[in-house]
Amino acid sequence: MMGWLPENVSTYGKDIDRLFYIIYYITGTTFLLVTGALVIFLILYRQREGRRATYVHGNTTLEVIWTIVPAIILVVLSFMSQASWGHIKGRVPPSDIHVQVTAKQFNWEILYPGPDGKIGTADDLQMENELHVPVGKVVRVTLKAKDVIHSFFLPNLRLKQDAVPGREIQAWFEATKPGRYELPCAELCGFGHSGMLGHLTVHTADNYDKWVKEQWPSS
Amino acid sequence: MSEAVATHAVHEELGLWRTYVFSTDHKMIAKQFLFLGLFMMILGGLMALMLRWQLAWPETQVPGTRWIPGPNMTDGYMNPAFYNTLFTMHATIMIFFVVMPILVGCFGNFLIPLMIGARDMAFPVLNMLSFWVGAVSGIVMLAGFFVPGGHAAGGWTSYAPLTAVTQYTGVNWGQNLWCMGLIILGISSLMGSINYITTIINMRAPGMTFFRLPLVIWSLFIVAVLLLLALPVLTSALAMLLLDRMAGTSFFLPEGGGEPLLWQHLFWFFGHPEVYILILPAMGIASDILSVFSRKPIFGYRAMAFSMIGIAFLSWIVWGHHMFQSGMSPTLGFSFMVTTMVIAVPSAIKTFNWLGTIWGGSIRFTTPMLNALAFVSMFVIGGLSGIFMASTPVDIFIHDTYFIVAHIHYVVFGGSVFGLFAAIYYWFPKMFGRMMNEPLGKIHFFATFIAYNCTFFPMHILGVGGMMRRIYNPLQYEFLKPLQQINIFITVSAVALGLAQIPFVINFFWSLFAGKKAERNPWKANTLEWVAPSPPPHGNFDAIPVVYRGPYEYSSPEVTEDYLPQNRQIVPQRAAAH
Repeated sequence: MMGWLPENVSTYGKDIDRLFYIIYYITGTTFLLVTGALVIFLILYRQREGRRATYVHGNTTLEVIWTIVPAIILVVLSFMSQASWGHIKGRVPPSDIHVQVTAKQFNWEILYPGPDGKIGTADDLQMENELHVPVGKVVRVTLKAKDVIHSFFLPNLRLKQDAVPGREIQAWFEATKPGRYELPCAELCGFGHSGMLGHLTVHTADNYDKWVKEQWPSS
Repeated sequence: MSEAVATHAVHEELGLWRTYVFSTDHKMIAKQFLFLGLFMMILGGLMALMLRWQLAWPETQVPGTRWIPGPNMTDGYMNPAFYNTLFTMHATIMIFFVVMPILVGCFGNFLIPLMIGARDMAFPVLNMLSFWVGAVSGIVMLAGFFVPGGHAAGGWTSYAPLTAVTQYTGVNWGQNLWCMGLIILGISSLMGSINYITTIINMRAPGMTFFRLPLVIWSLFIVAVLLLLALPVLTSALAMLLLDRMAGTSFFLPEGGGEPLLWQHLFWFFGHPEVYILILPAMGIASDILSVFSRKPIFGYRAMAFSMIGIAFLSWIVWGHHMFQSGMSPTLGFSFMVTTMVIAVPSAIKTFNWLGTIWGGSIRFTTPMLNALAFVSMFVIGGLSGIFMASTPVDIFIHDTYFIVAHIHYVVFGGSVFGLFAAIYYWFPKMFGRMMNEPLGKIHFFATFIAYNCTFFPMHILGVGGMMRRIYNPLQYEFLKPLQQINIFITVSAVALGLAQIPFVINFFWSLFAGKKAERNPWKANTLEWVAPSPPPHGNFDAIPVVYRGPYEYSSPEVTEDYLPQNRQIVPQRAAAH
């Protein structure tokens, strides 16, 4: 599975990837042990003339061990996961940039608050499917949906959050590397679901200022 | 009992109509469910192959489909809306009309009376109604393909508001019929589950205590309780969805004050127990078959029964793990993560006990045994991959990707379907009085096992690469283009998996008419169904058996043979003489 994950360019992505690998190693080892034991037993205990199967109904000590060990591992995994979960999906940290993304069949409407930083004022600017942010800044995204449920998915930033009609959902990310990344919809939203695709452009600080000047020349 | 004997007596007078169509005999009803399920499996499988073709070679002509009229297909080219219909109906058919009818409908009906030593179900007429209501539901469901606007295209999870308003998908009567079909199926399943529960509680043979029941009966009992409690939740939710669609209510529509997440809560409150409804019977089947062909008692019988009860209880409090990214409170996410992690524990217990069962055995590699072993190893993969999405942060990335598709197929195909094949090969002699062909069975097994893994294992990689589920054309995305070779490999394997079922079909029908005649107990097994003739007549047993011991007394030192049927009485002095 190594190397198949898309390149990570967000601050919290490495926590997700680390957890992914921890679970990958734990489950991989378990799989090899269980399957190994299965195959060895199948060879050792295949039917042979003159040998009778062992007459045994169980073993309490063994059964207690193989109940408690997985239970401990799984509960520890829950608590390890909780720290990252709270960080990513809990309270949004103080943000430098705020955008509102409204999903609709089959586009992302991206609303920038403009120089005053407030949504719902005259200097707001709306773009279709193009999200521009600076590198190294916390970006807060207010997610809305006009018609059906969509899902805001940034594979390279390890962020996925459904946009639900009738709700405003807050999400955030901080990109660590400039570039252009894809922003597909991850929740079935109708016949145009496939191909509902936006782009995230992460600018360097200088380029971002330049981009802002182009969009709001008067300020 | 006298009533059942009376039924037995009038059996000869029943005409063809009452024997094969409107039969009240649990064994005939079981066969009807089996044939319904196998027919639907062919439909569901062909739909899967069409989906796979589109994913490997997007927007090319799908071979052999030029007869399908527009607007679904245009001269063999698939339209995006029809792609959505196909994956919706593939899942709907496989879950509700293949795995449920075969594992629960067929084997529940066939095995419960035979294995508990009863002459029939508690309510034979209700049983017949349950099948025929199920058949009506199947007809309503298939009718959706023929209405203007096409069939349901909102996924088998049918998330509102997409499915609540016609304009969002363009599907009108298709979606209505989908809802109605499942509501009718819910009635069928309700009748079945009441019957199963009553029969198991009230009609066990003398001496058949709960802890002498075979584990497959335990699993079916627990499944019946889950069905009784879970299906009505889906039925209510579907009724609300229909009202939103047809009567102008807004349970799920925010513009009328409704709540889209309500649908997801209701759906998954049913949906997660449903997953266990699909897998528990297979667990019971595998437990029985592993014990028989290892010639060894099941390891930790009580732990096996209690872990299934534990799974059933926990299955009610894990539904939120389907909704981690839905906008549900992240605090709630933590609770659901813990319960989801905990539900892996009883599954782990079962796996280790299966290993304990074959340890020290004298293993016979028959076709049913091979399928049961495949069930165990595939269920291990499906269970372990579940831990990835139980971890909320990892789920952020893999939610709604092919990782989930891989996981569900390892559980429902690798688990339930291998369990289903194991059960068919194992009980075919009892059901039809003839043996299935072993070499053909082995060809079917190995071909299926290899093609199955080549089809579904690489889907984990697609998911880790970020490929979203339910997309029509992966080539629309730059980041998915490097994964396209994997998609092609999967499709080729899926075609092989389809072809691998041909030996099964040949074996099934050939054995049905020309297989070797089966004796009463061809596998030398302990449970009561093998006491009855093969196939058992109406009324099952010559005389109701009396049960003296548990179902897994293989290689017992009390007897020289390596099996000891539940109904054999051992007189102490004679046993001492051995």
